[in-house]
Amino acid sequence: MLGIDEGCKLNKLINQAINQITRFRYMKNTKKLIQDLKVIRNKQLNQDNYLLELEVKNDFPDILPGQFVEVLIEDAANTFLRRPFSVHDVDKNNKTISLFVKIVGEGTRTLCEIKKGDFVNLIYPLGNSFSITDDKNVLLIGGGCGIAPLLYLAKYLFNKNIKPVILIGAKSKNDILQVDEYKKYGKVFLSTEDGSIGEKGLVINHSILNSKSFGFSKIYCCGPELMMKAVAKYSKEKNIDCEVSLENTMACGIGACLCCVTETIHGNKCVCTDGPVFNIKELKW
Amino acid sequence: MVNLKVNIGDLELKNPVMTASGTFGYGQEFEDFIDINRLGGIIVKGTTLEAREGNLYPRMAETSKGMLNAVGLQNKGIDYFIENIYPQIKNYKTKVLINVSGSVVEDYVATAEKINELENIAAIELNISCPNVKEGGMAFGTNKNSALEITQAIKKVYKKHLMVKLSPNVTSIAEIAKAVEDGGANSISLVNTFLGMAIDSETRKPLLSTITGGLSGPAIKPIALRMVWEVSKAVKIPVIGLGGIMNASDAIEFMLAGASAIQVGTANFIDPQISVKIVDGIQDYCERHHISDVNDLVGAMKI
Repeated sequence: MLGIDEGCKLNKLINQAINQITRFRYMKNTKKLIQDLKVIRNKQLNQDNYLLELEVKNDFPDILPGQFVEVLIEDAANTFLRRPFSVHDVDKNNKTISLFVKIVGEGTRTLCEIKKGDFVNLIYPLGNSFSITDDKNVLLIGGGCGIAPLLYLAKYLFNKNIKPVILIGAKSKNDILQVDEYKKYGKVFLSTEDGSIGEKGLVINHSILNSKSFGFSKIYCCGPELMMKAVAKYSKEKNIDCEVSLENTMACGIGACLCCVTETIHGNKCVCTDGPVFNIKELKW
Repeated sequence: MVNLKVNIGDLELKNPVMTASGTFGYGQEFEDFIDINRLGGIIVKGTTLEAREGNLYPRMAETSKGMLNAVGLQNKGIDYFIENIYPQIKNYKTKVLINVSGSVVEDYVATAEKINELENIAAIELNISCPNVKEGGMAFGTNKNSALEITQAIKKVYKKHLMVKLSPNVTSIAEIAKAVEDGGANSISLVNTFLGMAIDSETRKPLLSTITGGLSGPAIKPIALRMVWEVSKAVKIPVIGLGGIMNASDAIEFMLAGASAIQVGTANFIDPQISVKIVDGIQDYCERHHISDVNDLVGAMKI
């Protein structure tokens, strides 16, 4: 048992440690680039989702799992701000970056009309990253297009000899995408709301979360906010360290406009520079 | 050789391109993309006496070629700026201005007094035009008497150049401009954002937590340009034009309408290199038109 004062001191120390980690992560990031990248593949995955593969011409930058890019969509009639997308995959040998794009409005619709051979202007790599620790019992949870940043994370973990368990949820079988890619790096479990593939229901109700045989020590999660909040609640109850990747509306992506903030225990923080990845302990969830 | 140097009263800029407050952070955010020292000046984020958390998310909504924001002056306060940010940016070889905001005159005055002590801050841009703060800001800039009084109050304590940033959310912007000139302002910048709003028709909910917010971007350029033209005819002090400038030809339009210098705002979000591209673009324009001095463009619209 700790006295109140000691408790406060401990809290202060923990907060300082969190600040240090955040700062360390930020400083580790490489220089931000602005470049025109060539589209070498634009593959339609289902009605609303596309996979864009882009080629980096110059030196390939260090990109960490969880980081994102800001894409300029020049041909849209009414929009003009860039659109942020998680880095879905990185292939250093072929010098490519993949983006997983869901059509949600005019900007993304215009972007998905891009042809092989065209160029897109990117600002990248942006934001912090998922923190990689020595935890071996790692679970990745993705919902809908929230699976986007988890493929590169799975690959990154795999290359560090950590074989993650990957839980993917969506509305229906047709919305479960890229499963064969995820299977390369870990064991994949599925859930759909209509039960058309995998377990029926929401990811948070999937049986592996209550199975004694896994014993997860770290959860990385990205998806709709309600889903992430449910995963955060589960992680707190089970005392599992958990990081989530947020997707707030943003303008600049580089910490200048202060539009994409989320409330944290240290006040409002920019999702673009202090995030997009936050430990749930930092969030006011 | 084209002379790009401009004098905003006693404030000398190496070229007429500045970056607008709230769109350029403290300059450092853009160091990966451009050489900050190539700019005429930078105006750092709106600063208040005390720290402000700003408004709740969502604070931004994109509209047709425009952007609504309701950041609400999130900043860590002038003391934090002086201790932590000023030492990092004071050696920029460009003019650094601080945009000052507040909700009561005393706060503005106290902030200005502290800035007086900062050797490498070239000027204050007095923000009497923020539409996103409930208790003030814009209230000072929409009434000619209060605009006059706050300008006089700051002028009394602040010894260097005072630029006053006007709100376009008024019936006669020329009238406010004259009041600010009478109050002793050294220059006037305009326009701040236009009060606007957006609703999601499907959910029937407003897109901003504050319901209304400030509109910027190309959508506002024709109105901003008209206001710069009106104000530059109404006052003798230099005018700095801003509002939807996306490229060098937009910048030149503002100069032709009467602006001695310009600010690039929302465009920084789309292209972090745009400010220096506009410097280059102005130079190219002058060469193409055989203009040896950029100052010759000021108010040079042919009617």
